[in-house]
Amino acid sequence: MSSKNWDSPQMVQGSANRWSRVIIYGLLIFFAAFYLMPLVVMLLTSFKPLSEVYAGNILKLPAHWTTASWVKAWGEACVGLSCDGIKGYFWNSIKMVVSAVGVSTFVGAMNGYILTKWRFKGDNLLFGLILFGCFIPFQIVLIPMAAFLGKAGLASSTSGLVFVHVVYGLCFTTLYFRNYYIAFPDELVKAAMIDGARFFRIFFRILLPCSGPIITVTVIWQFTNIWNDFLFGASFTTGDTAPITVALNNIVNTSTGEREYNVHMAAAMIAALPTLLVYVVGGRYFVRGLMAGSVKG
Amino acid sequence: MMTIASSPRQTRAASFADWLEVRLPKLVLAPSVLITLVFVYGFIAWTSILSFTRSKTIPKMEWAGVLQYAKVLGHERWHVAVHNLMIFGVLYVLICMVLGLLIAILLDQRIRHEGTLRAIFLYPMALSFIVTGTAWKWILNPGLGLEKLAHDWGWSSFHFDWIINEQMAIYTIVIAGVWQASGFVMAMFLAGLRGIDQDVIKAASMDGASLPLIYWRIIIPQLKPVFVSALVILTHLAIKSYELVVALTGAGPGYATELPSTFMYAHTFTRNQLGMGAASAVMMLLTVAAIMVPYLYSEVRGPRTSSH
Repeated sequence: MSSKNWDSPQMVQGSANRWSRVIIYGLLIFFAAFYLMPLVVMLLTSFKPLSEVYAGNILKLPAHWTTASWVKAWGEACVGLSCDGIKGYFWNSIKMVVSAVGVSTFVGAMNGYILTKWRFKGDNLLFGLILFGCFIPFQIVLIPMAAFLGKAGLASSTSGLVFVHVVYGLCFTTLYFRNYYIAFPDELVKAAMIDGARFFRIFFRILLPCSGPIITVTVIWQFTNIWNDFLFGASFTTGDTAPITVALNNIVNTSTGEREYNVHMAAAMIAALPTLLVYVVGGRYFVRGLMAGSVKG
Repeated sequence: MMTIASSPRQTRAASFADWLEVRLPKLVLAPSVLITLVFVYGFIAWTSILSFTRSKTIPKMEWAGVLQYAKVLGHERWHVAVHNLMIFGVLYVLICMVLGLLIAILLDQRIRHEGTLRAIFLYPMALSFIVTGTAWKWILNPGLGLEKLAHDWGWSSFHFDWIINEQMAIYTIVIAGVWQASGFVMAMFLAGLRGIDQDVIKAASMDGASLPLIYWRIIIPQLKPVFVSALVILTHLAIKSYELVVALTGAGPGYATELPSTFMYAHTFTRNQLGMGAASAVMMLLTVAAIMVPYLYSEVRGPRTSSH
């Protein structure tokens, strides 16, 4: 939320001389190299043949660039006993993310609208109760949720995971929209009421058209969180229904014989691509989501 | 509210519409509230009750008092887990804060390509650690990773086997954790720095104060709210850390890098000790709640000081 003015650098500078500039840039480049290293290692390794992986070192450029590992990771790598690659799990994750993000964002928007424009006694307490759900360690709900999903016939299914992600994503989506709509002028809502607009019409015609930025923030945040989830996926799915993070962890930790690090890295890159893409395109919104989840705007 | 000439039937229909209109907001909010009550608070209650029963493979409603807590607290692996959480938590929070603040201050010096650098420092937070852990595991691998790199580059005495060393493995979790979260702390501090009133700083620099002195005496003290937020968020992230360990060490070697989160998972899903799993989950929740409840209370109820 507070990222509004972080594009305007400080005026503090004055005494900066040449040497301090060199030190500042030197440190920044050093840190940037440290942060980038794992990604670079992943990329380089995924394009190397296995012989080069074992003969060279982590930062050595491939002598023979090859996409064989990517092909293998996508269609042939073994996850548990089946060797069909991670493509199936990739689609599991896509299906899971699209539905869970859509539902949780819409419901969060309605909640935020009600909590700010149709205030009632105890609404803040209610919001506090919902908010706390963002921060619980999910270990506390694993056992009952596993039992519930079993009883509801949703065990080990994508629908089950969608349900779980909607339930535990609501607190964040509600938080985002509530904090956004609280700054939305009440006068506009009142004027619409006088003109005869009612509950849904006010939401769809007046608030929603102005909600572009916060929808983007929420969708990106939910997409990233749900795509990256491992704990729920590992706890509530088995075999074919697992999301990609669980499948990746299986590939990396259960391979026998000579470990195919290049295939592991290619699989990791495939699992990373959607969120990486979203981050590159919508990084600013991701940061805003991150900040809104921690510091009140 | 009613039109004067409406027939009784129309009135009834209209009054129902009005009745609905008045209650509509609460009706629309109700499912979310219900979901929260059942799946957050109901499930917390459920797990808490389970922690006082003899449940092993399946939930069994047989009262056991504090037996499961005694079993967890007397368990060698739990001791290791708590000890590790202390080491990891303290170092993770401290290093993230220092590094985050340092990078934020460096970035705040009218840097070229600031946006690109910010993106580089923050991307670890956008990726699952199950993904990036794959790379880290390999970087830290003594046979193929950094050690080999150093040897290839001519530093043949370089030795780095923390990840397979029982004493040192937990510190590899710290390294990876700091790598993942420090960019986030940087973003928080940077936003804080950009919100500081420039006039005081200009005045101080006109009085001849040096830049480090200005930061130390004027700017950093004003960042106190950011320190509090970062401290709370990082501490609760540390307690919840799970994927870091799963991806990097699988709680090994042996159980040298066990954390409460991995202890809970192992006892619940692989060791068929639901009661112990539940008891450890309750202890995790209480720790998080002790930190988050006061913080959220002050955030929601406190004065709306704008940090826009």
